Amino acid sequence: MQNFIKTYMINIKGLHKSYQMGSNSLHVLKGIDFEVKEGELVAIMGSSGSGKSTLLNIIGMLDNYDKGSYELDNVVIKNMDETKAANYRNKFLGFIFQSFNLINYKTALENVILPLYYQGVDRKTREAKALKYLDDVGLKNWATHMPNELSGGQKQRVAVARAMVAEPKVLLADELTGALDSKTSKEVMDLIQKINEKGKTILVVTHEEDIARMCKRIVRLKDGVIVEDKKITQKKAL
Amino acid sequence: MKELFSKDTWQEIFGSIQKNRTRTIITMIGVLWGIFIYITLAGAAKGLDNGFEKAFASISSNSLFIWGQYTSLPYAGYKARRGIQLKTTDVAIIKKRVPEIEFIAPRNVRGVFGSAGGNIIRGSKSGTYAIYGEYPEYIKIATTKVFDGGRFINQSDMDQSRKVCVIGERTVEELFDIDEDPIGEYIAINNISFKVIGVHKFVQGGGFGDDGDIYIPFVTFKDLFNTGENVGFFMMSAYDNVDVVKVEKEVKTVLKDIKDINPKDDEALGGFNLGKVFKDTANFVDGLSFLSLVVGIATILAGVIGIGNILLISVKERTKEIGIRRALGATPRQIRNQIITESVFLTILSGIIGIILGTLVLYGINVATEDLSDFPYTNPTVPLKFIFGALALMIILGTLIGTLPAQKAVSIKPIDALREE
Ligand SMILES: Nc1ncnc2c1ncn2[C@@H]1O[C@H](COP(=O)(O)OP(=O)(O)OP(=O)(O)O)[C@@H](O)[C@H]1O
Ligand SMILES: [Mg+2]
Repeated sequence: MQNFIKTYMINIKGLHKSYQMGSNSLHVLKGIDFEVKEGELVAIMGSSGSGKSTLLNIIGMLDNYDKGSYELDNVVIKNMDETKAANYRNKFLGFIFQSFNLINYKTALENVILPLYYQGVDRKTREAKALKYLDDVGLKNWATHMPNELSGGQKQRVAVARAMVAEPKVLLADELTGALDSKTSKEVMDLIQKINEKGKTILVVTHEEDIARMCKRIVRLKDGVIVEDKKITQKKAL
Repeated sequence: MKELFSKDTWQEIFGSIQKNRTRTIITMIGVLWGIFIYITLAGAAKGLDNGFEKAFASISSNSLFIWGQYTSLPYAGYKARRGIQLKTTDVAIIKKRVPEIEFIAPRNVRGVFGSAGGNIIRGSKSGTYAIYGEYPEYIKIATTKVFDGGRFINQSDMDQSRKVCVIGERTVEELFDIDEDPIGEYIAINNISFKVIGVHKFVQGGGFGDDGDIYIPFVTFKDLFNTGENVGFFMMSAYDNVDVVKVEKEVKTVLKDIKDINPKDDEALGGFNLGKVFKDTANFVDGLSFLSLVVGIATILAGVIGIGNILLISVKERTKEIGIRRALGATPRQIRNQIITESVFLTILSGIIGIILGTLVLYGINVATEDLSDFPYTNPTVPLKFIFGALALMIILGTLIGTLPAQKAVSIKPIDALREE
């Protein structure tokens, strides 16, 4: 029976989003239908201004949408109050940003600990867990370093560890290689691929073709609608 | 509330405070200054209060003086400008009708208020001193003390109109040789020989006496200066816990009655009491305390508003950071609490430093003024309840003022916060 019930990690139908700017309204997403199953690694592509980040932010519950429906792991996400949204973000979602967004007065370890702190995990457990995830991204020896003592690639790996530490259902990465050179980009994508191989659902927004090809599926946005959605043969990052 | 006692909360707070060290210090100076001013002023006021209390400790603050002047209103067939003469016979009436009076001493004097003093001669030495005619009651009212070995005028001196006198310390110095015991010796007052029965130590009591005054029995004075039953002025003391200001009014009312003075005439009788001086001083000190409270609170308020202001700026500066935290799952409540706790913590920390500095300054002043016995300033302390009150005020203000930036911090949508650079 269960095999017949199609469940999606992300299920979006007829999604619309406009930005209000004074009396003008900018219609950015014009009816998006988009499903992601558990364990997928999806690249979202499109030209600048096509609405990639907007879509990702709505999926990440950082922004709200106007019309349509959005279910995350079968939970309807609509008009949620901020406290509830914060709890969902904390439990279900991990974010990786182009500009790393590490808190600059906290060490690598303290940055990774933060999601667990907001979860109310006790000190010992969360320190051990954060250290384990830092180890996973190869930065165990950098735990006590401040972000400004780390290279761009190292910062992004700390960010990956921080996104992973709360064991979210979905990892959302917006231009995660945008600030990195091609060699470092590949190392970070290698990390992403490895995490995906362990079964994590990952969405990667990018405008670089070679980064997109390291994913398993490419979705293209143009003028607020999906113009292409295809499975591809994944290219190994390294 | 649980969060208040968790190590993490404090780590978060110290983290953000350390990051903005200069900002934090500048902010704290505002509150620190306020509480410092408050503690120093309140302490100084308390010190003055203690000082005045010490200065007045030797005075019976419930004593009062009454004397006759000239009427200003016609009454009972008398014209205005009539001189009022107090008499010894008034004593019994006053005592009877004003039961709050404990002692009453009629007094006459030569040598003050423009009259000529007595010429005193002893052997080859001489001088002019004020001469007082006294009842034995005087010593019970006045702050004057008689040195051991001597005594004050007593009832049998009065009964027998003895020619005895109590002289002042200065008089002894001026008329006697060093090491000479004046007790039992004789001096001539206006060419009449008086036996010295005591030496008094004069204590400044806000009146007009000094350490050269010579006291002789009232009846002897009467014979010497021909004053009959006339009384220069009355000195009285009321029982403890009686309002002397009120007693003075009552005595005047009685005197107005028996001397046919218009009840509305405020000129006919003169009066002075230390209770009033006492009260005025107390009011002054109270005023000072109140002033320090107002100034202190105003300054603390200004400081706390400064903290709120800085927090508001810092919340704006940290919008991005707050966005990151919220993306990582911080609830609005957690963000809000952190900012409010920061505000309260900063307020209290600067408050405590201000209290310590203020206390040090008070201590310094105390040490510096310790040897100045003329300066009415003793043991400047701020009552603990004021300090706790100030701390409570700071907690409340810190919370209130932190609420604004805290609310601002969570009012921004996480995505807008993240977009901030
Ligand atoms: N908060 C906002 N207010 C108004 N307009 C916005 C806002 N955020 C995005 N937009 C507009 O919406 C459109 C889509 O923006 P979005 O950031 O989703 O594009 P993108 O596909 O991520 O582009 P890029 O590749 O440059 O990151 C753009 O025209 C942008 O100017
Ligand atoms: Mg974008």
